[in-house]
Amino acid sequence: MEYFNIFVKSIFIENMIFAYFLGMCSYLAVSKTVKTGVGLGAAVIFVLAVTVPVNYLLENYVLKEGALSWLGQDFADVDLSFLSFIMFIAVIASMVQLVEMAVEKYAPALYGALGIFLPLIAVNCSILGGSLFMQERQYANIGEATVFGLGSGVGWFLAIVAIAAIREKIRYSNVPAPLRGLGITFIITGLMGIAFMSFMGIEL
Amino acid sequence: MNPIHNLLEKVKPNFEKGGKFEKFYPVYDGMATFLFVPGHTTHSGSHIRDGIDLKRTMIMVVIAMIPALLFGIWNTGYQHFLALGETVTFMDQFIYGAIQVLPIVIVSYGVGLGVEFIFCIINKHQINEGFLVSGMLIPLILPVEIPLWMVAAATIFAVVIGKEVFGGTGMNIVNVALTARAFLFFAYPTWMSGDKVWIGDMTDKTLAFADGSTGATLLAQATQKSSGFIDAAGVAYQDTFMSAFMGMVPGSIGETSTLAILIGAAILLITGIASWKIMLSGVVGGYVMSLLFNLWGANEFMLVPAHEQLVFGGFMFGIVFMATDPVTAAQTGVGKYIYGFLIGFLAIMIRVFNPAYPEGVMLAILFMNVMAPLIDHYVIEANVKRRKKRTVAIAA
Repeated sequence: MEYFNIFVKSIFIENMIFAYFLGMCSYLAVSKTVKTGVGLGAAVIFVLAVTVPVNYLLENYVLKEGALSWLGQDFADVDLSFLSFIMFIAVIASMVQLVEMAVEKYAPALYGALGIFLPLIAVNCSILGGSLFMQERQYANIGEATVFGLGSGVGWFLAIVAIAAIREKIRYSNVPAPLRGLGITFIITGLMGIAFMSFMGIEL
Repeated sequence: MNPIHNLLEKVKPNFEKGGKFEKFYPVYDGMATFLFVPGHTTHSGSHIRDGIDLKRTMIMVVIAMIPALLFGIWNTGYQHFLALGETVTFMDQFIYGAIQVLPIVIVSYGVGLGVEFIFCIINKHQINEGFLVSGMLIPLILPVEIPLWMVAAATIFAVVIGKEVFGGTGMNIVNVALTARAFLFFAYPTWMSGDKVWIGDMTDKTLAFADGSTGATLLAQATQKSSGFIDAAGVAYQDTFMSAFMGMVPGSIGETSTLAILIGAAILLITGIASWKIMLSGVVGGYVMSLLFNLWGANEFMLVPAHEQLVFGGFMFGIVFMATDPVTAAQTGVGKYIYGFLIGFLAIMIRVFNPAYPEGVMLAILFMNVMAPLIDHYVIEANVKRRKKRTVAIAA
């Protein structure tokens, strides 16, 4: 039940886009069609679901104060948490490399469509945000961390495909010229944020 | 009608190209086509033109809302005098209600149409009458005690951000009236919930409710798990279902009476204006979710019988008048079933799970408005796939 709660919470209540506005750059840039949105969303799900548990292990067995005690008494009070940013980013970057190679090999069309935004997942705020939230919230075990990472990814995926579908629809709308493109996308994101507020305050 | 028609024809040259008020042609056009079916003919080829255009459709929806409005006016008076513990005649109740409700309607229409006119003149396109419906919906989903300037602010926000930035009627993503309500709900929560706003003249005065009564809506009472449902006069509702069905309970102006709403629904369905698919699947969705909660039964609110969940709060109002908005709803046939079902489902879920927002219908519809294009996208994709398969099968 706890896993389920964390999963639902990270998709709807603490949605990366609509509750924290993380990962906005690629969300705005790659949401022109549903197809590329799905591609990037899937990549984000994968990266989040892998990096959060890996970083969880790093955090709890290497970085945290006293985490190294498994090496022996001498290491019991070593605190490496000042290294956490750089370690997290290193893990994320290597994961993204992996995804990039896989996408290039198996879906070259998608690789072309995503362009620079695929390697840029490495600096996508929602990915590092996922790891930092994991650190801050101190999940009880690696299972919870994995579910959290997966849920956050699914939430981001949902956000990007929803806005991509809306942007495909409003292509026929008579949006005032100054607002076309990013302007209207920001306004839609705000309205979607209001809709997602319906879940705020639900205690699970 | 002839004198009006003649008058329109007489002033027409002033508004046409080169006339004195050329700029205001959209205003003239809006008025003229509002009163008479325009005599436009097609320029090339032959088409069948139906007399029912956007204006006629919108007016039908407004007519369908009249029963709810009239009932809301009377109920406002009824609740007010009930809370004071006075007995007055039917006419007194109605007049008091009219004095309370009509200013909200006037402000909503005045401000909304004003914004619409300005945008049409700037953009030089025809005035679209989408606001006729929104302008009536906004007062019906607000509590009676809402200050008028808030109505105006919310209307401006909803029309500009919710509609005009997308290019006007027919282009918007979220329902305009719901945007107005959500704006007020999150900006001024104290005016949109609680137990004082639903009854006229009870907020700023030091009046106490007669006989230790409560002015809270049934939903608020249900979430607070107060012992049973008590009406404004302190009398416990003997039959919650009937009183909620008839609508003699506190609540937003137009949402309380399920009966009045059903009359409106009948008008909409007979004239074929609203989608029966959405209404049906919405009710089914709400019913199924309530049944599931009945089975679960973790708290008192979950045990509220499913048929009562359907008549509480704004559920029916939302399903009948707002979920069926043809612009923001799903456009495909299968999509409509999914869309409606999820609205009912989510509405009851938010209502039960989220104690902060007992009125979940509004948020459920907003959420599904956002998701509707995605549903459509996948329904169409599935159709494309199926047809492709069929042609391949035939070819092979």
